[in-house]
Amino acid sequence: MSIAPPEQRIWWREPIHKVELGWIVIVFFWGLFMFFFMIAWHFIGNQNLSTETYRIQPSAYVAKVEAFAEKYQVGEENGVPIVRPPAGEDVYLLARKWEWWPILELKKGQSYRFHLSSADWVHGFSLQPTNINISVHPGYEHVINLTPTESGEFGIICNEYCGIGHHLMTGRIRVID
Amino acid sequence: MSTIDAGQIGGYVRNAIFRSCRYTGLKIDTQAQLLIKVNAVAAVIFLLIGGLMGLGVALTRWPAVHLLPADWFYLILTGHGLNLLIFWIIFFEMAVLYFASAVLLNCRMATPRIAWLGFVLMVVGAVMANYAVLRGDSSVMFTAYPPMMAASWFYLALILFVVGALCGVCVFFGTLVIAKAEKTYEGSLPLVTFGALTAAIIAVFTIASGAIILIPTYLWSVGLIANIDPLMYKTIFWAFGHGTQQINIAVQVSIWYLIAALLVGAKPLSEKVSRTAFLMYILFLQLAAAHHLLADPGLSEEWKIVNTSYLMYLAVMGSMIHGMTVPGAIEAAQRRNGFTKGLFGWLRKAPWGNPAFSGMFLSLVLFGFIGGISGVILGTEQLNVLMHNTMYVPGHFHGTVVAGTTLAFMALTYLVLPLIFEREIIWPKLAKWQPYLFGIGVAGISISMMGAGTLGVPRRYWDITLTDAAFAFEFPAAAYLMMGLNGIFALMAALGGGIYIAVTVGTILAGKRLDTKETQPLIFPLHSAGPEAAANYGTSDEAVKLPGTIILVSVFFITFVLYYFVNWKYLSDLWLFS
Ligand code: HEM
Ligand SMILES: [Cu+2]
Ligand SMILES: [Cu+2]
Repeated sequence: MSIAPPEQRIWWREPIHKVELGWIVIVFFWGLFMFFFMIAWHFIGNQNLSTETYRIQPSAYVAKVEAFAEKYQVGEENGVPIVRPPAGEDVYLLARKWEWWPILELKKGQSYRFHLSSADWVHGFSLQPTNINISVHPGYEHVINLTPTESGEFGIICNEYCGIGHHLMTGRIRVID
Repeated sequence: MSTIDAGQIGGYVRNAIFRSCRYTGLKIDTQAQLLIKVNAVAAVIFLLIGGLMGLGVALTRWPAVHLLPADWFYLILTGHGLNLLIFWIIFFEMAVLYFASAVLLNCRMATPRIAWLGFVLMVVGAVMANYAVLRGDSSVMFTAYPPMMAASWFYLALILFVVGALCGVCVFFGTLVIAKAEKTYEGSLPLVTFGALTAAIIAVFTIASGAIILIPTYLWSVGLIANIDPLMYKTIFWAFGHGTQQINIAVQVSIWYLIAALLVGAKPLSEKVSRTAFLMYILFLQLAAAHHLLADPGLSEEWKIVNTSYLMYLAVMGSMIHGMTVPGAIEAAQRRNGFTKGLFGWLRKAPWGNPAFSGMFLSLVLFGFIGGISGVILGTEQLNVLMHNTMYVPGHFHGTVVAGTTLAFMALTYLVLPLIFEREIIWPKLAKWQPYLFGIGVAGISISMMGAGTLGVPRRYWDITLTDAAFAFEFPAAAYLMMGLNGIFALMAALGGGIYIAVTVGTILAGKRLDTKETQPLIFPLHSAGPEAAANYGTSDEAVKLPGTIILVSVFFITFVLYYFVNWKYLSDLWLFS
């Protein structure tokens, strides 16, 4: 019974059941495999979240995004600028209550330095239907090397709860061929 | 009833009053018994409040029903998380700690006054937190990430609750010391108490992290501190938030061993393996907070990989070991009980009509298959990007903390009612069905939430139709189907939860008393060899063959491996990022 003291006082000398031993070996090696597979994906995989991050005042980040939008603006939709940066350029996206700003137009197959940060609370960048999900913090500028591999209209929603407008916080990335 | 003189511990002597249990022969300190009762009752009350809120949440997220307005939705979602994840679970755990120490060790309880103080603090904290949430200015979710701020009440309430829980943990340690000093047991602690001890040790680390983060956050909410860094908050918060989950696992696994022992006379295959598996929880769990930060900026890959895998999956290994040794111990015991036919005769002839057994076994299976596997997937550094903060996350933890922990607690209740409350279960037929209804309902909500999350549906989200949003986006029809299924299974889970509460409250108030006449048989009997086996049991079952368990764990392992690689396939289809 597991509710009484072990019958053998020196329980750590007891033999181990064969089935137990076999299972322990299997799960141990499976654990090792999963551990090394994460490391391996950094070499063989193309989806590894960047760790390049800078400290920044939220207001300074807002200024950066505004300057970027002004420089490359090509149009406007619902009062939000549409911005088409040259391929390979730095791209800035701002999270704030409750919008993703501005609208970005990217080229398929081109890689961009994609900057993410928040002007106020913590938000969740969620690109749909691709399903890429990244946390966005105020005060931290996160830079990701991003390469869209399909063209079309993509929605950005917020998936970190950020108050009553959380489900209204949307944005757009358009990928052209 | 007998009164004995308690020994001299720390100069404080209490004359404990004991009664002796007719069914197990255990000697029970009546103060411990009363504290177990009040904590269990408080737990059930918060389960009721939180469960109703959960139903409201699920019905709002069912797109065809969409029950509540947005502000109410976020309000009751905050309440649902707090009342269930924190209050229901921790009140119940206090009862389990007192049971595993004072009752199982035949010992008087250390300083019941401190246990009462802890209880009062916890009740005050829990009521205050509900007040703060219901006022409407603290709909910040139980995670409460700054700079979003709740009313200062909210943080204060959590601090009081956590300090109260710490008192309970101290009483548990004190009771172990008394039992050792007064030699109320021989040799090492029983395995169940050992499991509870790991839970209590983890609780100390965890509560310390909780205090480290909640106290400055409280000061920030009253204006004494200017700024709380959100990334720092998140890191320490999850040392607390995830640590508590490891407490739940240690307690729930102890309950599996306990119920298996009382209902089929199971003893661990080998004490060494089961105990080492518990130790792995203590050694590696503090790393786990990392898997909440995989999608965050500013942390290195090395840090993420080492921590999220609990150093090469050693704590996961602990759980997988228990996942084999518990059914293995049951198989060995059932074969000894004479059920030796075929591969699964032992399982078919198990006491499935006893809700304590069925609840325990469902908890074991659902925890492993749903909660366990999905947890490893979510905690894989790169795969996390696929479902971070989607519905997959609540899908995962309804598999762990609801199908696993909550169902194990419900199963244990069917033993606590006759043994501690000394009442016969009323409505035994309903009780028989309860674990199945609740278990299948919860499995259903977990899997549908995981399905929705895989399709990108966000968690904590009032309206996935995005009708009022500036840049609408259409979720696929399958996502709506999943959210609808979630609603339907939620009704089933709520029915199962409702029956549990009705049976428990009904039994406490109106069940036939078992403390009046001489020994009476129980409606849901314990294993006949229970009392003797408890006092005198054989060596470990090294010789018994366990073909059924081998098949069960093989099915589990294959499912795990396949699902693991399916997710890497999904990941490799994403846009490229580095
Ligand atoms: C009748 C049973 C239950 C149902 C129908 C239910 C349903 C749900 C649903 C639909 C969500 C919302 C997901 C979202 O919008 O993000 C949720 C969240 C949650 N549930 Fe449950 N649940 C139940 C029982 C439980 C239990 C017993 C626990 C804990 C032991 C629990 C813990 C949680 C937590 C911690 C959250 C997350 C809250 C947050 O995101 O802040 N639930 N539940
Ligand atoms: Cu947001
Ligand atoms: Cu949000």
